[in-house]
Amino acid sequence: MAEQAFIVVEHLYKQYETAAGPVPVLKDVNLRIEAREFMALMGPSGSGKSTFMNILGCLDLPTGGSYVLNGQDVGKLGKDRLAHLRNEVIGFVFQGFNLLPRANLLDNVALPLVYCRVAKDERVRRAGEMLEKVGLGGYGNSMPNRISGGQQQRVAIARALVNRPRLILADEPTGNLDTKTSAEIMNIFARLNAEEGITIVLVTHEPDIAAYAKRLVRFVDGRVTHDGAVLREVMMDEQP
Amino acid sequence: MIAPMLREAWYAMRANRLRTFLTMLGMMIGVGAVVLMTAIGQGAQFVVDQSIASMGSNLFIVLSGSTTSGGVRTGSGAVPTLTMADAEAIAGLPAISAVAPNQPGTAQVVYGPNNWSTRVTGTTPSYLEVRDWSLSAGYPFTDSDVRFATRVALLGQTVVRNLFGDEDPVGKTIRIQQSPFVVVGVLAAKGQSLNGQDQDDTILIPITTAQRKVFGSQFPGTVRFIMAQATSPQSMPAAQQEMTQLLRQRHHIRAGADSDFDIRNLTAVANTAAETSRVMTLMLGAIASISLLVGGIGIMNIMLVSVTERTREIGIRVAIGARERDIRLQFLLEAIIISVSGCFIGVLIGVGGAVLANLVAQMAVVITGASILLAFLVAAGVGVFFGFYPANKAARLSPIEALRYQ
Ligand SMILES: Nc1ncnc2c1ncn2[C@@H]1O[C@H](COP(=O)(O)OP(=O)(O)OP(=O)(O)O)[C@@H](O)[C@H]1O
Ligand SMILES: [Mg+2]
Repeated sequence: MAEQAFIVVEHLYKQYETAAGPVPVLKDVNLRIEAREFMALMGPSGSGKSTFMNILGCLDLPTGGSYVLNGQDVGKLGKDRLAHLRNEVIGFVFQGFNLLPRANLLDNVALPLVYCRVAKDERVRRAGEMLEKVGLGGYGNSMPNRISGGQQQRVAIARALVNRPRLILADEPTGNLDTKTSAEIMNIFARLNAEEGITIVLVTHEPDIAAYAKRLVRFVDGRVTHDGAVLREVMMDEQP
Repeated sequence: MIAPMLREAWYAMRANRLRTFLTMLGMMIGVGAVVLMTAIGQGAQFVVDQSIASMGSNLFIVLSGSTTSGGVRTGSGAVPTLTMADAEAIAGLPAISAVAPNQPGTAQVVYGPNNWSTRVTGTTPSYLEVRDWSLSAGYPFTDSDVRFATRVALLGQTVVRNLFGDEDPVGKTIRIQQSPFVVVGVLAAKGQSLNGQDQDDTILIPITTAQRKVFGSQFPGTVRFIMAQATSPQSMPAAQQEMTQLLRQRHHIRAGADSDFDIRNLTAVANTAAETSRVMTLMLGAIASISLLVGGIGIMNIMLVSVTERTREIGIRVAIGARERDIRLQFLLEAIIISVSGCFIGVLIGVGGAVLANLVAQMAVVITGASILLAFLVAAGVGVFFGFYPANKAARLSPIEALRYQ
């Protein structure tokens, strides 16, 4: 039997219960993602990309099928175990940055460490290191609303990295950024993947962004319609 | 874990200064009211307890005149029916330890240029025993003083202050209704009686002297009332029964007829007064607690608003690994900080108010460490109780809904 992949998703279904009845969003998604992969997820709006990312990130549970992360069947884990996975195995980067507005950058980056009871000195040291790594050393005392969008996203990446995750999930991380800043952010991701072997799954609508990845998966209406090379022609019919 | 949470709670409270302050204000007023009201209640209770202690223990008072007959009281004491002989007979009863006949009146008292109108009571030496009253200077008058109706007097502190000032009164001669009396002793201070009278504004003289030389008497040999002390609290019912039986026999009252005297159990009256003041304290506290409750509801209200406002923040925290209990603790801490610091200021307000009531309104107040500790515990309890529901609501938010929230 072959070695189990880092992420194994089999016959995954997800439907939302709404007032107008159940809305199926993911319909039999099957996917394996190996450790150290850099995968881009594309697809038209409403095709279920964010829904899928939420499940990968243990923020939501599927209605059918299985999701095994790092050998653990996520569907069978309790709430605290899921919180533990989000804290130590997964790092999230969102389109809207999602920094805490009242905390300074250092505290924002250190926040995941608070939830796994890292001592204060260690938290400050590691958070400072991470800010350094994303090019924001010395900004620790700044407040989130005083820095640019690109800088905020770099802080969010530092926060995602601070607990040394093996997987980074980024849902349209450059969606709110201009082309130049987007390129800077993508270079950080590419470097993390190449140099530190962190698995990256990234949702985007832009072919230029997807081009940084090594594998492309395309969703249409809750199903995988392409899985393989990062092909221009697959990406081109993206724009509505 | 707690330290960074406290810091975040501080940031959150600082971000909404006015709101935090107003929420705290509810708590301050509640706790302040509880502390002030219990201080006043306990102060009143203290005064009552003190006057009870100063009254003398296991005390009966026997009055002339009949008890209620058919609901109509026939002016007790109007026609004196009690005599010195009655008092002596009561003193012989087994359940009675001391007896003092009383012949009170009001008189003008003069010493040098000073004069003072006060209550003068003719009695016997055992009065001091019955009332549990000691002397602060000099000696009491004796049975032979009573026998020979000598002109001697014991002065209360208020009388001494008004007639003598700083001078030592023992051995001096004063005039009561024109006749000269030698001051043989000074009574120790007793303070207020249950009905608010100054017990130190009094003079004691031998009862015979009072009857013959000061007030005179239409009914020689009678006394206005008799104080009797039972040997113990347990023997009070027996004492009452013995006295009733004895006096009815002595006064030749037929079975079934109304008595021509009235025995009152002062200790029972005192206990009722003590009980009443205790209930008053409780009621004051209970009414004040309502404002504490309102303060608690204010906390809950604001915490619910806060949870809604910070929905997205909660989503972020969950996404980076906060467990339900971390979120719950975060919000609970905020509620407790607000209630406990509000309580702290409230205690200061309550104590300040009590001191003010004491200085300005001359109210007796008692502030105990226990009542302040209790206020703190209740406030912390209120914080936990009213903070728990919002905190739990926050902890149970669905992370994806929370992250979607704008
Ligand atoms: N909580 C929900 N309740 C009901 N329907 C939902 C819910 N969340 C998402 N949906 C629906 O599920 C479908 C997929 O949504 P999803 O956010 O996964 O799409 P997406 O591929 O990320 O789209 P986009 O590119 O616009 O971000 C949409 O039709 C959406 O309306
Ligand atoms: Mg999406």
